[in-house]
Amino acid sequence: MTKTARRALRGVGLATVVALGLTACGSDDGGSGDAGASADEVTQALEEGGEITVWAWEPTLGQVVEDFQAEYPNVKVNLVNAGTANDQYTALQNAMQAGSGVPDVAQIEYYAMGQFSLNESITDLSGFGAGELADSYSPGPWSAVQANDGIYGLPMDSGPMALYYNKDLFDEYGIEVPTTWDEYLQAARDLHEANPNAYMTNDTGDGGFATSMIWQAGGRPYQVDGTEVGIDFSDEGSTRFIDLWQQMLDEDLLAPITSWSDEWFQGMGDGTIASLATGAWMPANLESSLPDGAGSWRVAPLPQWDENAPASAENGGSALTIPDASSKKELAYGFLQYANAGDGVATRLENGAFPATTADLNSEEFLSTEFEYFGGQRANEVFAESAANVADDWSYLPFQVYANSIFNDTAGKAYVSNTTLAEGLAQWQDASRRYGEEQGFTITD
Amino acid sequence: MTTLSPPTMAGRPAAPPPRKRSTRRRSWVGWGFIAPFMVVFALVFLAPIAYSIYLSLFREQMVGGTSFVGLDNYQRAFDDPKFWEALGRVSLFLVIQVPIMLGIALLVALAIDSGRLYGKNFFRIAIFMPYAVPAVVATLMWGFIYGSRFGLVGNINDTFNVSLPNPLSPDLVLASIGNIVTWEFVGYNMLIFYAALRVIPHSLYEAAEIDGASQLRMITAIKLPAIRGALVIATIFSIIGSFQLFNEPSILQNLAPNAITTYFTPNLFTYSLSFSGQQHNYAATVAILMGLLTMVVAYVVQLRGMRKEA
Repeated sequence: MTKTARRALRGVGLATVVALGLTACGSDDGGSGDAGASADEVTQALEEGGEITVWAWEPTLGQVVEDFQAEYPNVKVNLVNAGTANDQYTALQNAMQAGSGVPDVAQIEYYAMGQFSLNESITDLSGFGAGELADSYSPGPWSAVQANDGIYGLPMDSGPMALYYNKDLFDEYGIEVPTTWDEYLQAARDLHEANPNAYMTNDTGDGGFATSMIWQAGGRPYQVDGTEVGIDFSDEGSTRFIDLWQQMLDEDLLAPITSWSDEWFQGMGDGTIASLATGAWMPANLESSLPDGAGSWRVAPLPQWDENAPASAENGGSALTIPDASSKKELAYGFLQYANAGDGVATRLENGAFPATTADLNSEEFLSTEFEYFGGQRANEVFAESAANVADDWSYLPFQVYANSIFNDTAGKAYVSNTTLAEGLAQWQDASRRYGEEQGFTITD
Repeated sequence: MTTLSPPTMAGRPAAPPPRKRSTRRRSWVGWGFIAPFMVVFALVFLAPIAYSIYLSLFREQMVGGTSFVGLDNYQRAFDDPKFWEALGRVSLFLVIQVPIMLGIALLVALAIDSGRLYGKNFFRIAIFMPYAVPAVVATLMWGFIYGSRFGLVGNINDTFNVSLPNPLSPDLVLASIGNIVTWEFVGYNMLIFYAALRVIPHSLYEAAEIDGASQLRMITAIKLPAIRGALVIATIFSIIGSFQLFNEPSILQNLAPNAITTYFTPNLFTYSLSFSGQQHNYAATVAILMGLLTMVVAYVVQLRGMRKEA
């Protein structure tokens, strides 16, 4: 799911929303821990100026940097694209190891934050008063930046999940939009029966997707407490997802098309793939890669396991962090605040980012945006509701990047052989545990 | 391509010159002359190898940091089923794909060299052409052909209402990769063989003809022995190429993620170890082992191939 990270959501046309106050008011908490600064000190650093380097691939940051420099003329920001997702993490890790060339600010996806916060190679922002921003962010992203009682970044965007579906195709075969996963399964059967070339969705095994689905189903396979890690895919929530997806696999209801391939967009265009359950950053990708789908597609809430207790999950999204090796943390924090909690948020929304800030998620202007692509639908209402329903007690592994990279080695077998998904996930669990042990973690059962 | 025999030992003085006290001074002058070469050689060839060996003696953990572990990484590689699976896979590839590829290349080279082929220049260029296509592009192209949904295979299935086996399924993917590699490198090997065939003196053929030798006999008695050196060198290149198999599976992985594991070939294994798994030390170990193994196999082939020539 590395590509989920690059969100070029140009579609979310958004006007100005004055976001949160720039200054956190905790002037008297003199910086707990080894790093920290009061709001005054941050402001002072911004006035004094200096130069900081920002590593990020998020396209909307370019404008933010320009505005930021206009507001604080003494500050010079070098925005560097050091690669997307994994490439950047590798570069970052190498720089941290070498102890030189480390940026002052780095973009890191939520699922990858663990491996940086674990050894504190990124800064705990509690000392800067980041804790007071808790209510400013929706629960999913906020919980994602926290680890070991620290706050290791400020959420930049989020990816609450929704169901994107091809309304024309649904109408053609008389399929109702499913509100529960049972209905979803039935709809998948009906659709495939009506047209053997049409599939409810595609999947060839994707760790990012599977974990998000388990998250929504209430499964909590990962228990992380510092260096103690538990991995267990046999809990009730995980089993719910496994059972559903096993049925989808057994009955051949999943198009064997890999997400983000050419075939994928073709499949969505020609009616092979009827729907997608994915993050709120998807619209821009649809607009750019599937322009012909305009008017045909709609957004619906993610199907539910329990209609009375709506739940959702995050898929993708990233935060801005401050590497521990940075020598200009006050300045860097000033930038973080501006970009992810201050005026920068509005700028990024204008350019199509999906916010993590509750003020924006709840603003009338944001919610009432009509998406031409979705036939004038107010899709943000669906996304915002999903964001509010995300359970915030999920955690990723401190080595999730590696774990996801071996998903297809293990669980992927269920997609191409007689191995069941439960067996596949059990193998994934074993392989992840083994890696954890090799890396010095204590694996609990 | 035929100058593969080791430099002759003739001309070496029978006895070393008598030692003199000036030996030490002279040796410094000698070093001075080769110093520029030695510096570059040490920097470019020896230093990376030494650094890899150095890396392979440590282990870096997310929890606990870096520690010296001696030969533990090597022990781990020997016990690692993934390493053996990857090695087994490229060995199988080597044993099956290389003979097929070299056989076709040899056949084509002989055909073009026979002088009986109409439009031989065209064939020579056409068969060599795939080698000029970058491996990445070639693999992408074949990937589209193999696609059972939107690719050529899919089109054939739809048009003729048949159901061909999916070339990207776990069982067939290695053969599919073999097909791509063969397509890419037949022309290259053909050119090596053809160049070697061209330098055979024509008088040999004339003599054979006078003796009443058939074409087949000319091939087995004259041509093949004469290009033995080229055959050996092409085989060694192919062995190295097989052990280093990376581009093709790495690109097809996007199309067939469940058929090509992250440890499909040793190179892919080291790649994912160091870039997804942050296990640089273990990756260096696997790389060194593979380097040694490739050297040994290539050396054995060379010894065997050259022995009969002496």
